[in-house]
Amino acid sequence: MEGAPVGRRVFLGMMGLGAAGILWGRRVQDGLERVFAGNPVSSFLPTGGRFRIYSVVGFLPSRTRAEYRLAVDGLVERPLDLGYGDLLEMTPTAITRDFQCVTGWRVKDVPWRGVRLADLLDRAGVKGGATAVTFWSFDGVYSTSLDLDDARRDDVLVAYELEGKQIGRAHGGPVRLYVAPMYGYKSIKWLDRIELTPTRELGYWEKRGYDDDAWVGRSNGRDDAPTA
Amino acid sequence: MRRLPDGLRFDVTERALHWTNAVLVLVLLGTGACLYFGPLSTIVGRRELLKTIHVWSGLALPVPFLVAYGGPWSRMLRADTRILSRWGADKFNNGQKVNAAFVAGALVLMFVTGLMLRWPDPFRDDWRTGATFVHDWVFVGLTVSTLGHVWLAMSDRRAMRAMLRGYPDEEPAGTATSTSRTRC
Repeated sequence: MEGAPVGRRVFLGMMGLGAAGILWGRRVQDGLERVFAGNPVSSFLPTGGRFRIYSVVGFLPSRTRAEYRLAVDGLVERPLDLGYGDLLEMTPTAITRDFQCVTGWRVKDVPWRGVRLADLLDRAGVKGGATAVTFWSFDGVYSTSLDLDDARRDDVLVAYELEGKQIGRAHGGPVRLYVAPMYGYKSIKWLDRIELTPTRELGYWEKRGYDDDAWVGRSNGRDDAPTA
Repeated sequence: MRRLPDGLRFDVTERALHWTNAVLVLVLLGTGACLYFGPLSTIVGRRELLKTIHVWSGLALPVPFLVAYGGPWSRMLRADTRILSRWGADKFNNGQKVNAAFVAGALVLMFVTGLMLRWPDPFRDDWRTGATFVHDWVFVGLTVSTLGHVWLAMSDRRAMRAMLRGYPDEEPAGTATSTSRTRC
C-alpha cells in the first residue's frame, strides 16, 4: 500500500499560494508594511516599506563630499558652481513625506533635508526665456525635468540628508533631487547639474514611456495615495 | 573488485541533475542577495552584470530537469521521484520528501515570478507587485531550506558520497562492511 501523495499536495499547495500571492500580494504587502513599520526585521525580511536601490548604469556612481560640485546654468543670469559646503551654508528646509516608486513600493514618512530648489534658482537668477528645468546625474546617463512652476514648489529640494544621515552612495549621495509630490524617478540621484531650458526636455524614463509630470496617484495610470 | 549496481543510491542522471541544479540555484541566490540587499549591492556593485547572470541562470533552470527527465536515462530518476512523492520513510526520510516538494514548488514559483519581473509589461500593476512579493518571500524560504540542506548534507558523509559518486560506501557492495542500509 502506497503512502499519501504528500509530494503532489505540497507542490500543488505552493502553486495555489503562489497564484494567490501574485493576485493579492499587494494587499498583503500593505498590511505587512503597517505591522512592521520601523521594525528592524524589515532590513532583511521583505515586510515591505523599504527602499530599493536602482541604477540605470551598471554601477553606483561615487563622489566624495570634498570633490562634489553642483552646476546651475543654462538660461540664468549668474551661473553657479557650488560645493557641498556651499549648500550646507544655505538656509535648510526639512520635509517628511512618503516616498513612492512607480514600480509599486512605498516607504512611509521619510525625512529629507536640503535646500529648496527655488532658493538655488533665485540665487542664479532665472532668465525670462526659461520655461523648464532639466536635471543631470553624474552617472553620465540619467536625466529628468520639471516645469519651472513645479520646480519652484516648496516641496522640491536639492537634498543632502536622508533619515537624519548624510545621503550615502546607494541613495544617490552626496546630493540628489527630491520631488515630494511625484514618483521617485523624478528624484534624480547623484545630482550633477541643474539646467534652465527654453522648452521641456524628456528625461531617461520619460523617453521610455513614463509620464513627464509624475504626480503620485494622478499619472502613469496608477492610483496610489498622493505623497504631498 | 567490480562495483555491483545493488549498492547504487544515485545514478549518473540524478547526480548530474542535482549538481547542475545546485550550481544554478547557488548562483541565483547569490546574485539575488547582492541585488536585493542594499549594503551588499553597494559593496559588490556591477549591477548590470549581476542582473544578466541572474536572468540567464534563471532561464536555464528548467533545462537540466527537461533533459534529465526527458530521455531513456531517466528510469532511476523517475523511480526515485515516485518514492519522494509518497509519505513514509523508505529510501528517503519524510523530511527529505517534504523538502524536495517544497524546493520543486519554490523553483517553479521563482521562475514564473522571475519572468514577470523581467518582462513586466503584459501584466497589471497589482500582479507585478504581487509577483515581487512572491519572489521576495520564496527567496527567503529557499535560502533557509538551502542552508539547511547543505548543512545536513555536509554532516552526513555517506549521503554526500552517494551524491558525489553514486554509492554511500567506499567498499563495493557485497562485502561484510557494507551490508548496512544507508541511513540519511
